[in-house]
Amino acid sequence: MDATGDVPEGGVTVIVGPSGSGKSTLLRCCNRLEVPDRGTVRFRGSDVTTLDPLTLRRRVGMVFQRPTPFAGTVRDNLQIAEPALTDHAAVLALERVGLAPPFLDRDARELSGGEAQRICLARTLVTRPEVVLMDEVTSSVDPAARLALEGLASGLAAVDVPVVWVTHDLDQMRRVADHVLVVIGGRVVHAGPPGRLGSDAPDEAQQFLTGEAA
Amino acid sequence: MSDIGWAGLGLSLVLVVVAVLLSLWRHLGLERGIVWASTRALAQLLAVGLLLQVLLEPGVSIWWGWLWVAVMVVVASITVSRRAPAVPGIVWLAGLAFTGSAVLTLGVLFGLGVFDLDIRTLIPLAGLMIGNSLAATVLVSRRLVTELDDKRDEVEARLALGQPAAAAAQPYLVEGLRTALTPQIETTKAVGLIALPGAMTGLILAGVDPIDAVQVQAAVMFLVLGSVATTTTVMALGIRRRLFTVDHRLLQIGGPARGQQVGEKDGEKRV
Repeated sequence: MDATGDVPEGGVTVIVGPSGSGKSTLLRCCNRLEVPDRGTVRFRGSDVTTLDPLTLRRRVGMVFQRPTPFAGTVRDNLQIAEPALTDHAAVLALERVGLAPPFLDRDARELSGGEAQRICLARTLVTRPEVVLMDEVTSSVDPAARLALEGLASGLAAVDVPVVWVTHDLDQMRRVADHVLVVIGGRVVHAGPPGRLGSDAPDEAQQFLTGEAA
Repeated sequence: MSDIGWAGLGLSLVLVVVAVLLSLWRHLGLERGIVWASTRALAQLLAVGLLLQVLLEPGVSIWWGWLWVAVMVVVASITVSRRAPAVPGIVWLAGLAFTGSAVLTLGVLFGLGVFDLDIRTLIPLAGLMIGNSLAATVLVSRRLVTELDDKRDEVEARLALGQPAAAAAQPYLVEGLRTALTPQIETTKAVGLIALPGAMTGLILAGVDPIDAVQVQAAVMFLVLGSVATTTTVMALGIRRRLFTVDHRLLQIGGPARGQQVGEKDGEKRV
């Protein structure tokens, strides 16, 4: 991979590119679930390999492509992320993802895909991350849940929790992005605000953005 | 006393013939397998019997018995590594598990004076311990590897929440250990009701008082239970250590770490 690029300190940064282009790998490197052979991933100026991985992962939260509810109730799931979580804090976490308090006692594995993905987001948020990485989080949910999750990402960014959102869906990119990194073949080929992508992007980015290489 | 002699042994082969005839009658195609298994078992038992006869002569050093135990540990470890090859270095881990279990269980039985330590007791007890732990050791190894591989998404979600590897693997470790230990617990519960166990049956056939035989059998059952619990726990903890990196990443099972395949070129990424 040759992924040179910066993620700004605010808003929703969308990493967009065709399937297999290295978007998810890039995100996993930010959370230290993977370590690159060469190059450096920096978080607020520090090389992430010099930081304690467990602390880093709580500062850089991550939600995955497929919902991963753990066995037990929704409350159990939230308390796995934060064992000292009170019921009051758990209800607030649910409110942040648009779910009602009765969800706390629901079996997490009986929820719909969209609900489960929201629980996964709430679970990440109770660790009080400074940034949230979202890796194709809408790929296995219905259209209504997709729009809801997009809204939640924008909402988080609005309250100063920057979001890095990975997708291969150009329409989704246009809906949620404040800033875009185009990744093709393991390289960041273009970076900038979404409105300017059509004009000054290089050819391979243009081809992808106009649908020719998608 | 049940000294059946060579004639008795020869006559018992009639039952092997029965098995072969049944296979022939129902076209099972197992005749060669039955004959080979019976011949091999007889040859192995005779070889062991002859060796034991030499070792049980008066004046033979107990170290020959310990050497025998060491060979059993090595053979069992190689067997585990062949049946559960996905974990790197599993042969050493299995060696550690069997050795640790032998030290603990034989230490209790001989250290507390339950049995007198000599070659006559050491070899059979070590054999029972290792032989009965083997299946559970293979089972826990396979199960834990499968659990962590199948549920990689869940494990990584736990890691991404800042859980250390030990905590992230704990639910799957529990599942693997329960799967491996439950059959032994069931066997222990059912003993005497469904089947008369081997050591006791052998002693009774050899003319020992049944109550004396029961005492030996009960001690043997507890030896097996303790050794199965010990070997499986050592294996499970060791496998967990081998499948996670020191910086709490789950390795690609059956291959190198995902991180080793990334290969980012001189790139830089800031969040």
